[in-house]
Amino acid sequence: MSEKPTVLVIGGGIAGIQASLDLAERGFQVYVLEETPTIGGRMAQLDKTFPTMDCSICILAPKMMECFRHPNIKLLTYSELKEVKGSVGNFRVKILQKPRYVDGTKCTGCGVCAEHCPVEVPNEFDMELGIRKAIYMPMPQAVPRCMTVDKENCIECKLCTKMCRAGAVDFEQQPKDIDLKVGAIIIATGFNQYDPSEIVEYGYKKSRNVLTALEFERWVCASGPVAGHLLRPADGGIPKRIAFIQCVGSRSSKFGAPFCSSVCCMYATKEALIIREHAPDVEVHIFYNELRAFGKGFQEFVNRARTEYGVNYVRSRPGEIKENPATKSLTIWYDDTLTREIKSLTDVDLVVLCPALLPRDSNRKLAGIMGVELDECGFFKVVHPLLAPVDTTAPGIYVCGYCQSPKDIPDSVAQASAAAARAAEALTLVQVQRKG
Amino acid sequence: MTELQAEKPRIGVFVCHCGINIGGVVNVPQVVKYAQTLPDVAYAEGNIYTCSAEGIDSIKKAIREHNLNRVVVASCTPRTHEPLFRGACVDAGVNPYLFELANIREQCSWVHMREPEKATDKAKDIVRMAAARASFLMPQEESEVPVDATALVIGGGISGITSALCLANQGFKVYLVEKEPELGGMLKKIYKLYPTDEDASKVLQASAEAVMSHKNIAVLTSAIIKAVDGYIGNFEVTALKNGQEHKFKAGTVIIATGAVEFRPTNMYGYDKYDRVLTQVDLEQVLRSGKPAMDKFFKPQTVAMIQCVGAREEKPPRSYCSRLCCMVAVKNAMLLKEWYPDSEVYIIYQDMQTYGKDYEEHHRKAREAGIKFINYTKENPPEVAHLPHDKLRLTVYHALLGEKRELNCDLVVLSTPLVQQESAKELSKILKVPLGQDEFFLEAHVKLRPVDFATDGIFVCGTAHGPKDIGEAISQAYAVSSRAGVPMANKKVRTEAITAVVDRERCIGCRMCENLCPYGAHRVEDGKSTVIEALCKGCGVCAAACMRRAISMRHFTDDQIMAEIKTAFMMETPNLSVTSSLEGGK
Repeated sequence: MSEKPTVLVIGGGIAGIQASLDLAERGFQVYVLEETPTIGGRMAQLDKTFPTMDCSICILAPKMMECFRHPNIKLLTYSELKEVKGSVGNFRVKILQKPRYVDGTKCTGCGVCAEHCPVEVPNEFDMELGIRKAIYMPMPQAVPRCMTVDKENCIECKLCTKMCRAGAVDFEQQPKDIDLKVGAIIIATGFNQYDPSEIVEYGYKKSRNVLTALEFERWVCASGPVAGHLLRPADGGIPKRIAFIQCVGSRSSKFGAPFCSSVCCMYATKEALIIREHAPDVEVHIFYNELRAFGKGFQEFVNRARTEYGVNYVRSRPGEIKENPATKSLTIWYDDTLTREIKSLTDVDLVVLCPALLPRDSNRKLAGIMGVELDECGFFKVVHPLLAPVDTTAPGIYVCGYCQSPKDIPDSVAQASAAAARAAEALTLVQVQRKG
Repeated sequence: MTELQAEKPRIGVFVCHCGINIGGVVNVPQVVKYAQTLPDVAYAEGNIYTCSAEGIDSIKKAIREHNLNRVVVASCTPRTHEPLFRGACVDAGVNPYLFELANIREQCSWVHMREPEKATDKAKDIVRMAAARASFLMPQEESEVPVDATALVIGGGISGITSALCLANQGFKVYLVEKEPELGGMLKKIYKLYPTDEDASKVLQASAEAVMSHKNIAVLTSAIIKAVDGYIGNFEVTALKNGQEHKFKAGTVIIATGAVEFRPTNMYGYDKYDRVLTQVDLEQVLRSGKPAMDKFFKPQTVAMIQCVGAREEKPPRSYCSRLCCMVAVKNAMLLKEWYPDSEVYIIYQDMQTYGKDYEEHHRKAREAGIKFINYTKENPPEVAHLPHDKLRLTVYHALLGEKRELNCDLVVLSTPLVQQESAKELSKILKVPLGQDEFFLEAHVKLRPVDFATDGIFVCGTAHGPKDIGEAISQAYAVSSRAGVPMANKKVRTEAITAVVDRERCIGCRMCENLCPYGAHRVEDGKSTVIEALCKGCGVCAAACMRRAISMRHFTDDQIMAEIKTAFMMETPNLSVTSSLEGGK
């Protein structure tokens, strides 16, 4: 009997999507486990991508749809991993699928229910800068195109049930246990952003004109909370001067994380370009420690930002960001490390903090369930960083993307294919052994 | 001529309310009524959601009951919904290419929310255009080409070795072609690897032995690629070894030809002074071991200069070579370990010790007493010769704001990895591009990092750009997945929408061959031929052909002109612009 080799992919971001598509294309059965109601992950939240300035969701959405439509891929969204037993070639997995209270086979995602829902909740997808309803789809391009009732905030007025012409809302839905048998597992859980509010000098969450980078991505995105208009968050005014602060809680022994997040210099440069493209008269300053532009075409991208777009890079250590209580404008005090002088930049309308990107807290729980090791920072550990860059400490379980170590999208995509190759290799060997 | 052309078009139009997304702005019943009056439209209806199970059933039922042979759905974007509606057509026995989608949501109701009447008029226009095009649609077929489950891996460095092994373990046959007499590439020249501090030779030896003894891998050393003809699944390869030709077939090709270290001729006295080395030169010295090095000399002051010949103003070497900072940190720490009393300086612009392990190494190096001096591009260091094999290095320390003079007995230049000389030739043989940095240029920087636009050919390792061993191995595995897909399936599906050449009109000018991003046009015997397995139907060739000898299936001039003419309400389309294409294959 030749059973179809089966792989479980944990995480539906770009790394998980790429690994799934590679395996499904070669005829493997793939299950994608995703904890939120939609696949897409962090890349779906980005406005554009460096260095090509492609619209992020525009290049991602077709891949999300491809996963959805692929006959060999089954999406298990809004689900949690509960148990993993067995070994390579024969893992037995238990998954809990949370109830959406909406029948996925009937819902067309038209959104009429959400229009009528009276409950407004901060939208996680927009980094809580915008609002969603208690019945919602995280983003217009969500996959699957199915609404979800957020039971915690729902007041059970049942207006949605009444308004849905497809009869899809179902408050009787129960959590579903799913048992799977899979030959291999690929972990691709991505990252979380460090919350910089503990660095009180930067005034995050105190000064409204201070945003984090992911917040800024949503802020300037056409499908974001202010439809992509470049505005001051505090009062909706038109900004004239914007600054980026690099290494917020990264490369730090005091706050956040000791490592370099690898992508911040580049996305700050990208965001600077987005600003200059939106509004060519807005000044942009990037306060950096060391400019890391090591990927393909990256240095050239930075050169372009400097010369063609007039982005001002300041090698410095920013100490404090002070808000003028009357105008809500900001002053950045910094140590100019090239002139060794304490300087300030005044009348800054918007400061974007580029915080450390951290492995997810939930990695610890997942690692426990799967019996794999994490390193001291919480990344999934590989057997050998050079020779086995995607093999976790458990045979048959592979890892790719940011949750293995900091990396950008192309490196995550390449590593996802690498994890797919290792899974294919392992399952081929298992099949050969079984036959032999 | 197909039977269908003889048959009169009978179009069914399905107008979607999309709940209130369309229905709340556009008067859908009016659009339905209007559609019923259009030429060739045999049936029209409205649906609350055409994409719901109910809507799909309704399409199928109408096809059967009204004997429809073409379908138009007026709803949302083809990006998300076309496959679904095409599926409904197929289920009811209509070729999927006889389906047309009219987008009256994104292109109408959503953008004209406050003008319902005008929006309704525009929706009618969009539907009329779609129906006009539908009248001219022809059935198309997707076909398949067989794929030989054999890979050609060009280059026997660590990337080529790794991908060969991974592919062979997946059950594919592999030809590994290496130009040197031995496998190993760059690793043969290197002493220790970071961050694991292993001997490069040991790492290499284990992998190389596994390759040599693998039953699925045939290794050709001292061999180069002379010619590669054909296309995905069916490459005809000619390799040259000892003046003898070896010919074989391969389904996929992997470029793993690596890179070489830039030789800094005329920079910092490299060719003049013995004690100015590159990092690879230093690796060779270190490989000989400490006792041998002791005999050579015991360094007291060593300076490493970063970005020598890299990050320049203009291409090709305008890039950051990514690994040199870590290489310097690794070798600096090694020298410090061997000669604890020595002073080791790293003179850098920006330390590229990204990620987790490298940042940690960087920190350890500082703790170990390696001294870091920051210089700016405007103020590069200078090296002068002193008596007794000493070198004077002068540098302006940008962070301390002072000039420093170091009397060194060894200066090491960290130079970038650059493309192999032979890459230009290989890029011509395989018809795949190089970037302005002269490295192989992938299909998409973000989402297709190891693919080429031309199907069946892939790239990994430093042939694609500077990267360290771990990253190169990661990519080597990645290509083993990408190349593994068509080989595991033993076939690839070809696009139905491809270019068609009218051989009568073609004069073999090669414009199409030169412009095609996918290498699908080949001019032979003075006429262009389309390799359908490679054509993506982008239409670049058809637009450029001065003889108008090329047409696109499913986007013929008739179809497009019908749409345009009816948009401007010009009565019947003028068929004199008809193309040479007669529809289906």
